[in-house]
Amino acid sequence: MRASKSLRDILWYIVAICIAMVTVFPFLWMIATSLKPEGEIYSKSLSLISANFSLDNYVKVFKTIPFLRYFMNSLVLAVTGVISNVFLGALAGYSYAKIKFKGRTLTFSLLLSSMMIPGVVTMIPQFLVLKYFPLVGGNDLFGQGGSGFINHYSAIVLPGAVGAFAVFFMKQFFETLPDDLAEAARVDGCSEFRIFWQIYLPLIKPAAMTLGIMTFQAGWNSFMWPMIVLNSKEMMTIQVGLSTFQYQYNTMYGPLMAGTVIATLPTILIFIFAQKYYIQGIAFTGNK
Amino acid sequence: MAKQNTMGMIFAAPPVILFLVFTLFPMIMAIALSFTDYDIINAPKFVGLKNFRKIIQDQFFWISLKNTLYYTVLYVPSGLLLSLAAALFLNSEKRMVGLFRTLFYLPVLSSTVATATLWFWILNPQLGLLNGFLKIFGIDGPAWLYDSKLAMIAIVMMSLWAGFGGNMMIFLSGLKGIPQIYYEAAKVEGANRFQMFRFITMPSLTKTTFLVSTMLIIGTLQVFDQAFVLTKGGPGNATITLVYYIYNNGFKNLKMGYASSISLVLFLIILGMTVINQRINKAEI
Repeated sequence: MRASKSLRDILWYIVAICIAMVTVFPFLWMIATSLKPEGEIYSKSLSLISANFSLDNYVKVFKTIPFLRYFMNSLVLAVTGVISNVFLGALAGYSYAKIKFKGRTLTFSLLLSSMMIPGVVTMIPQFLVLKYFPLVGGNDLFGQGGSGFINHYSAIVLPGAVGAFAVFFMKQFFETLPDDLAEAARVDGCSEFRIFWQIYLPLIKPAAMTLGIMTFQAGWNSFMWPMIVLNSKEMMTIQVGLSTFQYQYNTMYGPLMAGTVIATLPTILIFIFAQKYYIQGIAFTGNK
Repeated sequence: MAKQNTMGMIFAAPPVILFLVFTLFPMIMAIALSFTDYDIINAPKFVGLKNFRKIIQDQFFWISLKNTLYYTVLYVPSGLLLSLAAALFLNSEKRMVGLFRTLFYLPVLSSTVATATLWFWILNPQLGLLNGFLKIFGIDGPAWLYDSKLAMIAIVMMSLWAGFGGNMMIFLSGLKGIPQIYYEAAKVEGANRFQMFRFITMPSLTKTTFLVSTMLIIGTLQVFDQAFVLTKGGPGNATITLVYYIYNNGFKNLKMGYASSISLVLFLIILGMTVINQRINKAEI
């Protein structure tokens, strides 16, 4: 009995290591390729180590395309998205959980229904709304004459400032907190915003962190929408820039892998440092 | 109290306003646009049902629909099984389970573009990792992305690799929610491992399975990034998907009206598939 159990254990670890090799090895190989000189990529394409490792490929990505600019564009967009989603999501989530106001049930079910609408249906009209937005980007009152929000950070930031998911997510956490905190503060003459900001918000910091991380990852990794609304050379995000690079220089595997490493690094670093919040977010999605 | 009412509305206003401007209004506009010819330069022209009649005769629509359904049929069941199997495998008290969970999850962190760029290299016929691996067993690997029969299968493989970790985590949290006492009771009754899986684990995971399969279906029917980066829809239209076709029509050829009508058709397909999936899941209970 005991022998068969330890045999099963060994088998478990062997299988686990095999699966882990499948998921991890490609990343190691990507890093190895990104550090190899061009000749070796062709002659010893599969090896993980080389005596001639260098950062040349990284230099090449930044020199061939404005990769730093793309990186910064993505960073600005993702961080703005995190701040606005966490703040506005928490504010609205708090309101739905703790304040009784007119139209509360109706507007909340509207928000929930928007999560069911696939993005592809609203893609074209959303583009048109941004392009013909009145009085911005050279547009007149009727949205004519300019390009509106197209090729402007707002084209990403504005439609994605606070999604229904952020509101729904935050509401769940505020609902677990007692109501009497607010009532006591109201008796003392505390303003509604201060009750939210100073009493309730600090109590759900872990949830806010989780939402922030999920928003960052989604923003950093998004591709199709940024490609549609930010298409000028200096406004591209890192994902769009990488895909354009891949299209134009699809045999320059070294620089291509260097670019891929850089595009992947932020989300992996955040995962390593904030795993605890990640797991919470996934558990939440699973228990919806 | 009145003040509370006002503040409540103000706090909740931003997402509601954004919903009206960037979801509800575009939704109505999409329906309106689908009955027009619109090329951005000239004003939209009402054409009645012309776009929908055109869809029926448009061979590229049918090709992209066929490709999308092929991807869905290959990916959804295998993605579901793979992530469930990985979750069952990791639902154990062994040491270092946490480490393996992290390692299995790693591909999920990378963006589709990064993953596809990496796989573009992995699938390289002569130098790539996959064919290099197959060579160990004496197999001459094919030119995955350049063969119209294999390109979609390559995209499915990539999607499985990239995506199973996320659903595995959801299944894991579902498994952790099953009370241990059920299994203990079953053991006392003399149930074997298969019986425990069939009569305890599976019924307890119905809700999770429904959630995961719904998300998978909605996602796969809108597949775009992978095909766009890896194959540009080729070879010979073998990986043109519906969203890719909508993108080409709307943003490449500026046929915004026609593209809108295809996107409405896709919306109905997604709705239909979700309902069918709901039925299947209900029947299983």
